[in-house]
Amino acid sequence: MARPDHALTARRLGTAALAAVPLAVLGAFFLYPVGGMIQRGFWPDGAFDPGGVLDVLTRDRVHRVLWFTVWTAGLSTILAVVLGVPTAFVLHRLRFPGQRLLRTLIVVPFVLPTVVVGVAFRQLIATSGPLGGLGLDGTPAAIVAALVFFNVSVVVRTVGAFWEGIDRRTEEAAATLGASPARVFLTVTLPALAPAVASAASVVFLFCSTSFGIVLTLGGLRYANVETEIYLLTTQELDLTSAAALSVLQIVVVTGLLVALHRARRTAPPLARAGESGRSPRLRDLPLVGWTVVVVALLMTPLLSLLVSSLRTDGGWSLANYRALQGTGADNALLDTATHALQRSFEVAVQAAGLALVLGTIVAFLVSRRPRSAGVRRLSATFDGVFMLPLGVSAVTLGFGFLITLNRPPLDLRTSSLLVPIAQAMVALPLVVRTVAPVLSSIDPRQREAAASLGAGPARVLLAVDLPHAWRALAAAAGFAFAVSLGEFGATSFLARDDTPTMPVVIYQLISHPGSANFGMATAAAVVLAAATGAVMLVVERLRVGSVGAF
Amino acid sequence: MSLTVRDLTVAFDGTVAVDRVDLEVPAGSVTAVLGPSGSGKSTLLRAVAGLESPASGTIRYGDEDLARVPTHRRGFALMFQDGQLFPHQSVARNIGYPLRLRRLPSARIADRIAELLDLVGLAGFGDRTPATLSGGERQRVALARSLAVEPRMLLLDEPLSALDRGLRERLATDLHDILRRAGTTTLLVTHDHEEAFAIADRMAVMRAGRIVQSGDLAEVWAHPTDAWAARFLGYAGVLSGEQAAVLRAVIDPSGSWTEVALRRSALVVDPDGPLSGVVLAARVSPEQTRLEVDVDGLGTIAAVADPARPAAVGERVRLAVRTDRLATLPETQPSEFRHLSLE
Amino acid sequence: MRTPIKKFIAASAAVTIAAALAGCGSDEPKADRPESKTITLATHDSWNMDKKVLADFTEQTGITVKLQAHGDAGALTNKLVLTKDDPLADGVFGIDNTFATRAIDEGVLAKYTPMVLPGSVKSFALTGDDAGYLTPIDYGDVCINVDDTWFAAKKLAPPKTFDDLADPRYKNLLVVPGATSSSPGLAFLLATIGTYGDDWKDYWSDLLDNGVKIDAGWSDAYEVDFTAGGGKGDRPIVLSYSSSPPFTVPEGGDEPTTSALLDTCFRQVEYAGVLAGAKNPKNMQKFIDFMTTREFQAALPDNMYVYPVDTTTPLPEGWDTWAPTAPKPVVVPASEITEKRADWLREWRDLTTR
Repeated sequence: MARPDHALTARRLGTAALAAVPLAVLGAFFLYPVGGMIQRGFWPDGAFDPGGVLDVLTRDRVHRVLWFTVWTAGLSTILAVVLGVPTAFVLHRLRFPGQRLLRTLIVVPFVLPTVVVGVAFRQLIATSGPLGGLGLDGTPAAIVAALVFFNVSVVVRTVGAFWEGIDRRTEEAAATLGASPARVFLTVTLPALAPAVASAASVVFLFCSTSFGIVLTLGGLRYANVETEIYLLTTQELDLTSAAALSVLQIVVVTGLLVALHRARRTAPPLARAGESGRSPRLRDLPLVGWTVVVVALLMTPLLSLLVSSLRTDGGWSLANYRALQGTGADNALLDTATHALQRSFEVAVQAAGLALVLGTIVAFLVSRRPRSAGVRRLSATFDGVFMLPLGVSAVTLGFGFLITLNRPPLDLRTSSLLVPIAQAMVALPLVVRTVAPVLSSIDPRQREAAASLGAGPARVLLAVDLPHAWRALAAAAGFAFAVSLGEFGATSFLARDDTPTMPVVIYQLISHPGSANFGMATAAAVVLAAATGAVMLVVERLRVGSVGAF
Repeated sequence: MSLTVRDLTVAFDGTVAVDRVDLEVPAGSVTAVLGPSGSGKSTLLRAVAGLESPASGTIRYGDEDLARVPTHRRGFALMFQDGQLFPHQSVARNIGYPLRLRRLPSARIADRIAELLDLVGLAGFGDRTPATLSGGERQRVALARSLAVEPRMLLLDEPLSALDRGLRERLATDLHDILRRAGTTTLLVTHDHEEAFAIADRMAVMRAGRIVQSGDLAEVWAHPTDAWAARFLGYAGVLSGEQAAVLRAVIDPSGSWTEVALRRSALVVDPDGPLSGVVLAARVSPEQTRLEVDVDGLGTIAAVADPARPAAVGERVRLAVRTDRLATLPETQPSEFRHLSLE
Repeated sequence: MRTPIKKFIAASAAVTIAAALAGCGSDEPKADRPESKTITLATHDSWNMDKKVLADFTEQTGITVKLQAHGDAGALTNKLVLTKDDPLADGVFGIDNTFATRAIDEGVLAKYTPMVLPGSVKSFALTGDDAGYLTPIDYGDVCINVDDTWFAAKKLAPPKTFDDLADPRYKNLLVVPGATSSSPGLAFLLATIGTYGDDWKDYWSDLLDNGVKIDAGWSDAYEVDFTAGGGKGDRPIVLSYSSSPPFTVPEGGDEPTTSALLDTCFRQVEYAGVLAGAKNPKNMQKFIDFMTTREFQAALPDNMYVYPVDTTTPLPEGWDTWAPTAPKPVVVPASEITEKRADWLREWRDLTTR
């Protein structure tokens, strides 16, 4: 006696239509371009030739590159976890004045452009630099250090947000049963944290193994990972078959990591409201607080060294480098003033953040529903995972893919000024989803059902239930996306750009021209950019959304 | 108007939660669906609310088929176990929420909120936030919110389960009175027979997705359909076979029943009683002493004694049978048993 | 020629997006259309030209030039190759002699040579480009630079030749950008190949043994590691350009603190050309003409630190004295570069990468 259920069908159609919007954008501006590049590699002369691709994977050099990628990413991940977990405890489980500032400082490296970090690091560890005595320059150790610098915040934020949500009473119960603090940590806290640590570690490994700017700048050329190898193969040698082979390999590995990440996240407890569970530090927390101080100091050192060099001109202290930002640099190193570039950066970042927020919110909304049917749940997980892919796919492949695919109407956008914000939005999209989705999932679905049964239509339900819960997360995600876009360099640098560059590009141009005035101006521009992203993140931090920068 | 559920089936991923259910909720009645957890009663309620899509069957309100009516247009207010107040809104704003949805003038909304707060006994609580209320107060606010727009029907999902015992009893009485005063047709699901008896006037017993029995409260109570239903409705024990025959010989020699459900107070210590047994355990309470007695021919069974005449453990006592405290059960179908054992 | 995957991808993207936009993409015949007054020039990230000069061109011809930056010369060339069926721009500036033959062989360019050319231009023409696809615009000599102040302070004679660089006296003093990631780096590799022939790998082994530092890009080497660069590094020998020394004249001084070793130079010539299939080829041709005029040529040294191919153009102050060009730069034929580049780079990489 089954009859078609119209209400159900209509709802499914509505969901499908909603899902189609971000999927279409992702398809057009990510899957299609990347697919286009890979297709060129597999069909070198219009004929399918998978042999060439397989051949690439047997080369000695490729094996070396893979091994280097795996061990640097692995080691960086371990170090980031070791540095990050105690810091997460101090910054998220304790309460003390100045904590919010520390939390903000921790995130700044994550949103800085790699070009800035690369130069800051080189200055620091070059034999003549403050840390030159360590002999790190040009060694894999420098690469690992920089990767850790970028990714500690991911561990701190992910584990910290999770830690806040763990009920302290379980630990207290163990203590009353006679467990020492160390034993409580090992037997109660650590097992509870394991999913968050696993989740953070997968993401850090993902970021490290696909890192581009850092490995290129700090590795000199003696060291190459998969990402820089794809870059060299594509931009220098036009060896698209090899590049496609590595891209496919990268996508396979990234997909595997995303599956692992999904598994780890499945056991996550409901998200706690940030900052409600802290206690004051006690004497026995001292080693951990000390540890945190060391971590923050390590993260700040490259930034401080950058700040110092921006304030020095010809051996004295001055603001000349900052005043120079209103001009076009010594010998007209720039086509336009740096202040205009900053303005342009803001415009692009607003567009990118807007797009990422709209798409990311739709994705977060859909993946935060809790469908009963296992099939729909799997579909939803896949949907979620697809939007994480941009985190782990080569920016070179994407940038070149744009050029060869977006060349006919209605997608004739290869040289459109919208392309840079779109590309940056693709990069920021996963971060928006990961910020908003946990907050939306933490809303009891019965709240929505209660509102509906009181007569609220779907739109009113969003307004009455989802929005009051999620507006902070939405604002925080928008700010986070804005900061990330402000510092985005990788994807932007591979696109065709018009004559008004963004700030990271300007910094790159400045350090590419000889003359100490231009270099000083570059450091000043880098400090301005870091300060701008830092200020945005400070505002974001004030919104107290635990999921920002967490995975 | 009354709600009529016909042949309703709801399934998740091939697992049938509600299995060909028929249910009638007469206009103005308070009908309770009583069932253990996992029996499908909440799913049935959610299907009525429009939150679950049936695989087959119909739900009608009066003559109106609700299949294509979305939740927010059904005019059925659903109240959850834990109220689900909007935490970011004050008590008054929570109650006024459905009124604002209907764009009523704000003066009328204010009047109505005051009236409802009065009805649920929380006058003056309007400016509080839900976080500052006790569990019982929150449930009263949730009830007021549900009643605000005079819903065509009120759906209650275990409305008292989250509360502690004393509060539950008080609120059950209040709820009973409020619902009668408001005159709202109500469908209530619960696993607690006391909650059902305190609030409802009609009852359906649900088991493994099916309604096994329904009717007026007293009628269902007096005639449990089988041993399982009897136990679930609060009967203390069920006798069958030899034991049932022993009891039948004492109280109803001409009867032909083979199974009987006894309430805790069906056997009472009485020197002139026809049965005899040894007291195994005794527990004194203010109104009566609860005993466990090994009755000759019947086995271990619950009984009561007047606190004024205590029975000591090990003592042999005589017991009278109060026939208004037991229910004979109809002949059970063997197939029904097989069905049960599959649970 | 569309393969199934591409079809599938194209179809899914088209269904999702095109449905909304409903654009119709019929190719209009290009020849019949009047050319746009705005032309697009694809170039590399180092493009820099005084806006006044471009404004003068617009004033003279009514044509506006829109710029499009595409990374370094390699990325620029490869992007043009990948998009040759549907070019991004009307013309290109900045393909150099290390990539030029690839662009020509791949059919990226349309033939064009300006009617009037300064006499000196011919000597910069690309060998093998007899059909005239590319017009030389500027050139620069990639040479080893030394920090004279540093050597004076150490009382050490600065090196002069490639052989000197492998001399243990100069151990751990040299920094160069890599050949696979930087176009001056590639030029340096070619200079060593041109000098040592098939023995270049032995020379590089010597360099590596002598502690050469290989950075990713020119800016890493010059700005961070070079003693006279922005970051005050610790290596007084660096690969840069013969035009770099004038930038190290200290404030108040009148002499640069660095100099270029003219026996170690490889000449990079930058070319401009019209793209095959361009929408506005005629107007692009006018801009190429303009790039060879005195006004544009004279603006090159100040804006892009390169020498104009019109050698009669007056150079900025100090260039004659402090930035002379190499009298005899190392030469590697362009056709040989195209033929062997991939092998050389692979061998170089295997030699230098661990």
